[in-house]
Amino acid sequence: MTQLQGIAASSGIAIAKVYRLEAPDLSYSKTDVDQPEQEVKRLHDALDISKNELEKIKAHTKNSLGDEHAEIFSAHLLVLSDPELIKPIEDKIKTDNVNAEAALDETANMFIDMFKGMDNEYMRERAADIQDVTKRVMAHLLNVTFPDPALINEEVVIVADDLTPSDTAQLNKQYVKGFTTDIGGRTSHSAIMARSLEIPAVVGTKDITSRAEKDVMIIVDGINGDVIVDPSAEEIRRYEQKQADFEEKKKEWAKLKDDPTKTADGEHVELAANIGTPEDVAGVLNNGGEGVGLYRTEFLYMGKNQLPTEEEQFDAYSSVLKQMGDKPVVVRTLDIGGDKELDYLDLPKEMNPFLGYRAIRLCLERDDIFRVQLRALLRASVHGNLKIMFPMIATLDEFRQAKAMLEEEKQKLIEEGQDVAESLEVGMMVEIPATAVIARQFAKEVDFFSIGTNDLIQYTMAADRMNERVSYLYQPYNPAILGLINNVIEAAHAEGKWAGMCGEMAGDEIAIPILLGLGLDEFSMSATSILPARTQLKELSKQELAGFKDEILSMGTSEEVVAFVKEKTNQT
Amino acid sequence: MVEKTFHITSSDGVHARPATVLVQNAGKYESDINLHYKEKSVNLKSIMGIMSLGIPSGADVKITAEGSDEQEAIDHLATTLKNEGLGE
Repeated sequence: MTQLQGIAASSGIAIAKVYRLEAPDLSYSKTDVDQPEQEVKRLHDALDISKNELEKIKAHTKNSLGDEHAEIFSAHLLVLSDPELIKPIEDKIKTDNVNAEAALDETANMFIDMFKGMDNEYMRERAADIQDVTKRVMAHLLNVTFPDPALINEEVVIVADDLTPSDTAQLNKQYVKGFTTDIGGRTSHSAIMARSLEIPAVVGTKDITSRAEKDVMIIVDGINGDVIVDPSAEEIRRYEQKQADFEEKKKEWAKLKDDPTKTADGEHVELAANIGTPEDVAGVLNNGGEGVGLYRTEFLYMGKNQLPTEEEQFDAYSSVLKQMGDKPVVVRTLDIGGDKELDYLDLPKEMNPFLGYRAIRLCLERDDIFRVQLRALLRASVHGNLKIMFPMIATLDEFRQAKAMLEEEKQKLIEEGQDVAESLEVGMMVEIPATAVIARQFAKEVDFFSIGTNDLIQYTMAADRMNERVSYLYQPYNPAILGLINNVIEAAHAEGKWAGMCGEMAGDEIAIPILLGLGLDEFSMSATSILPARTQLKELSKQELAGFKDEILSMGTSEEVVAFVKEKTNQT
Repeated sequence: MVEKTFHITSSDGVHARPATVLVQNAGKYESDINLHYKEKSVNLKSIMGIMSLGIPSGADVKITAEGSDEQEAIDHLATTLKNEGLGE
C-alpha cells in the first residue's frame, strides 16, 4: 500500500483499478518488404481503424461538450483522408519497398517539419495535430494500444501526468470513476473539468504515475486529497463506507435542489454558480443554482487562433441566458492578459503579469475587441436576465469609461433597429484593494459589486498565488481581507445596491457563516458546492452571526477567526 | 474545366474551421479540384495543402475543377465560401 497526498480537485470517492493514460511505445524498425501491396493494405487498415475511433471520439465529445469542442476531430479526420499525405506514403512503400511504419513516419515527419518551420504560431500548432493523428495510425500498425479515454469500457481510475482538455472531454462518467494526476492545481483546467463532470479527482500528487501500476486497485479521495495505491481489504472497506456516507449526504443535499436558500432565521441569500461555457449550465440547474454569479467569458477567446466573432459570442451568451430563464446571469467581460495569454494577440511578456496589462486595462485600450463583446452581450440581453460586470477596475474613471462604451454600443444598436433589454444592471468586480477602500464612492455609480477573492487576497497580501513558497499568505480569513469585504458590503447597502462574491471563498464552510454575518447578498461558487452550502445555511442564523461582526473584525489573526467561527458554528 | 475567382473578405483569411468545411465539401466530388493562390496551387481535397498556403484576408484566389461533376462542384464551393463568411 502506498499513500500520496495531492490537491482535492473534485469531491467524492473513487475506488477502481488503475488505467494509465500514457504515451505508448511507438518505436519501430525500418525493413525492406517483398510485397508492397500487403504493406499498402496494412496502412489502409490502420487508417480505417483510426478514422473509426476518431469518429467515435468526435461523437462522444459532441455529446458531452458540444459542437465547438468536437470540431478539432473533424480536422483530424480530414488529415487521415488527405490525399497529399496518404499518396506519398503509398508511393514510398511501393518505390522504396519499405514497411508501412517507415513510410508513414518519414512522410509525416516531412509535413510536421514543414508546418513547424512556418512563421505563424497557428501553423506550428497544426504540426502537433498531424503528430497526434499519425501516432494513432502508427499504434495500429504496430498493434499496440493507443489509450483513448473515450473508448474505456470498464470501471477505472485514470492515472496520468496531466490531462489535456481533449482527454478530459472524452471521459465517460459511466466507466471513469475518478482521476489523479502528477501536476495541476485546484484551478487548473483538468480540475475545473472534473468538477463540471462531477468526477472525483485529486491533482498535483507529484509522482502518482511512478507509483501506480496498470490494473492495481487505487482509491482517490477527492474530499481530502488522498490517493491510496494497492489498498488493503480493510482500507477498501473503510473507503466504501466513506463513499456510501458521501452518497447519502448528496441525497440529502439533492432534496434541497428546488428549495429557496433560507437561513435558520428565515433570511434569503442567493446561491449562484461560476461557469465558463454554455455547457456548464446544465450542472448549475441540476445542483439547484439560483443564478450564474460569474460567467467567465475567457474560454470563448482561448484555445483558438483568432478572436471570436460577434455572432459566436452572441450564440454563447444567448444560450446561457435562455437556459437560465429568468434567473440572473452575471457576465464578466473579457479578463485576459497577464498570465492568461492569447497567442494571436501578440501581447508583450511582462515582468509582473498580475500587476500588468490585463482585463479592463487591455479592453479600454483595445476597444476594437471590447466593443464586439459588448455588442454581443447587449444583443443577447433580450433573452434573459443579464447583468454585466467589468473585471480589474482600479479607478472610478475606468468604470466610467467602460460604462460609456457600453452605452455607446447600446445606442448604436438601437439606431440599427436591434432589440436590447431596456434596463441592464452594470457592476464591477472588486479585486483591487483600492476599490474596496473607497467602495462608498464606487457604490454611487455601480449597480452591484462582485468580490473576486482569489485576486483580492493576492493583492492585499502581496503574495503571488502561484508561488508555493508564499502560499501561507493566502489567508481568506485574515481580518484585513474580512475588513475590506465588510467595507464593500456596507457601501453597497448604504446606496441600496447588492454585493456578491465569486471566488473560491464563497463556497467555503468557514467563510459562509462570516459572510452571512457581514450581510453578503449573493454567493457564487462551483455548482457542486451549492447544495452543501444551502444545507449549511439552513442551520445558520443571520442575526446571530451579524452580532459577531465587530468581534471578528477586531481580531488580529486568521487563526483566531477560524477558531472562533468553528466554536460558534459547532464545526470540528 | 471550370474556374472561378474569389476575393477573401473574412478578417482572418482562410482559417481552420472554414477550411475544414471547404475540404469536406470538395471531397464529395469526383472532379479534380485545385485552389490557386499567387503562383501556388494545391489540391482542395487536402486540408494540409490549404492550410500550408496561409491565405490572408484580402487575397484573391482561384478555384478550378475538372471532371464529370465540375460545374456542381464549383457552384457548391462558391456557396460554401459565402456561407462560411470567407469571401465571394
